[in-house]
Amino acid sequence: MTNEELKIKITELLPAASFEEGGEWLTISIEPGDWLSLAQQLRKDEALFFDYLFCLTCVDWKTHLSMVYHLSSTQYRHTIVVKAKLDRNKPEIETVSQIWRTAEFHEREVYEMFGVNFRNHPDLRLLILPDGWEGKNPLRKDFEDPVNMIRL
Amino acid sequence: MYRQTEIIKEAVPGSNGETGEFTINVGPQHPATHGVLHLVITLSGETIKKVEPHLGYIHRSIEKMCESLTYRQFIYVTSRMDYLSSHINNHACALCVEKGMQIEVPPRARVIRVLMDELTRIASHELWWGAMAMDLGAFTPFFHAFRERESINDIMEETCGARLTMNYMVPGGVMQDIHPNFQKRVKEFIRLYKRKIDEYDELVTGNIIFQNRMKGVGVLTPEDAVSYGCSGPVTRGSGVSSDIRKLYPYEIYDKLEFDEVLETGGDSFARYLVRIREMQQSIRIIEQLIDQIPEGDFQAKTKAVLKLPKGEFYTRVETARGELGVYIVSEGGTTPYRIKFRSPGFSNLSVLDHIARGSKIGDLVAMMGTLDLVIPDIDR
Repeated sequence: MTNEELKIKITELLPAASFEEGGEWLTISIEPGDWLSLAQQLRKDEALFFDYLFCLTCVDWKTHLSMVYHLSSTQYRHTIVVKAKLDRNKPEIETVSQIWRTAEFHEREVYEMFGVNFRNHPDLRLLILPDGWEGKNPLRKDFEDPVNMIRL
Repeated sequence: MYRQTEIIKEAVPGSNGETGEFTINVGPQHPATHGVLHLVITLSGETIKKVEPHLGYIHRSIEKMCESLTYRQFIYVTSRMDYLSSHINNHACALCVEKGMQIEVPPRARVIRVLMDELTRIASHELWWGAMAMDLGAFTPFFHAFRERESINDIMEETCGARLTMNYMVPGGVMQDIHPNFQKRVKEFIRLYKRKIDEYDELVTGNIIFQNRMKGVGVLTPEDAVSYGCSGPVTRGSGVSSDIRKLYPYEIYDKLEFDEVLETGGDSFARYLVRIREMQQSIRIIEQLIDQIPEGDFQAKTKAVLKLPKGEFYTRVETARGELGVYIVSEGGTTPYRIKFRSPGFSNLSVLDHIARGSKIGDLVAMMGTLDLVIPDIDR
């Protein structure tokens, strides 16, 4: 599907979604509460069939966090980007690891690096950071580590 | 020192001897993990119940580091991610910056870049082949593989000035022109190498002991391969077309003749065959280009200080291990606001637990070998 067709189709699925202009792929902004139901429809819908979650990450915008999901379809080869704005003090979103299994590892990475809590994640604990690491989330913009961080 | 964690204690329900399950550590220093990967394996007898990777022993937080480096500097760090395909990592970053700034790369630079990428792919698969055969107990292939890989390293050294972390690709082209000997030496290498690749098949591929160890081991279905976010030879071994060079062509790949190698077995042997045949395809690409390097500039004229416009840029390239994605969020400054490397190894590792469950501990090495894990690429 082209970006225009995708736009019409996704507006049908979720009328509350807003679209960002620019960029090579269709970018959708949603509320975190709508994510799980939208994700299920994106994966299951015969005409959309987004089965490949190739990038899952988070961006710290200082005022809020933004989850970014890059999805594509191995059958139709179309791609979309889904963004969800999270509260910086209490970031929470539903996990999609049961829909795309790759999300399990990527969500664990985002959990430790940004402190996002993924509800209903099967195994949400530290992956890369050493055990006993508490509180500080390294990829947040206000992270300071005077001992190990090298300023360039 | 092993990490003593709560998780390890909890993972041993049979520690009181009731279920007979026990936990062993493989790594972080273990010859079969090819780096500092730590696997906590729950076993029942010889059968694997669960494989749990513990990462981070070589985590340098490259993403955070890049936030304070300029668009010219950050490329040098990325050579240290997947050190076996450092050219391709650099290439991905250079492409992303070029996409943001809309820099037109001269034709000469594009051809040189593709040549370097494919030489890197051969060198990387060479190392994988030697190391994997060694994991399974065959020591000779390692020396064969390193002999050929050495000649690629020599070519790289002559042109790029380094053997492993080349940092040869820069935004706008390549750092310097190719060495006058480059074409001659590559042709010499190809001539020798074509004979060697058949030798590999005689030495290892057709060996019945080797085939028995690889066939039916670590079977991955196409649906699972996609769902786990696998890419590269791991998905192509399951019959899923995933070659970024074919699906989303970058540079001049759309003008080249080569086949995407697909196998349908889904087991370790299928992944092995994909890599072996990929080396032959790389040779094909190099042969098409080596006499056709156009004259002209090797680098586009760019400003000394690069500033990406405000926005988000994403590029995907095919490294030797799979799909590498570079995601740059720019605020219009000279450094990236946020950068994310979608590394192929990270997703490929996540499938290990899934394919290893229920098989014997002895087969784990055959599975890990064909996933082709490079730990700095996973940890970043």
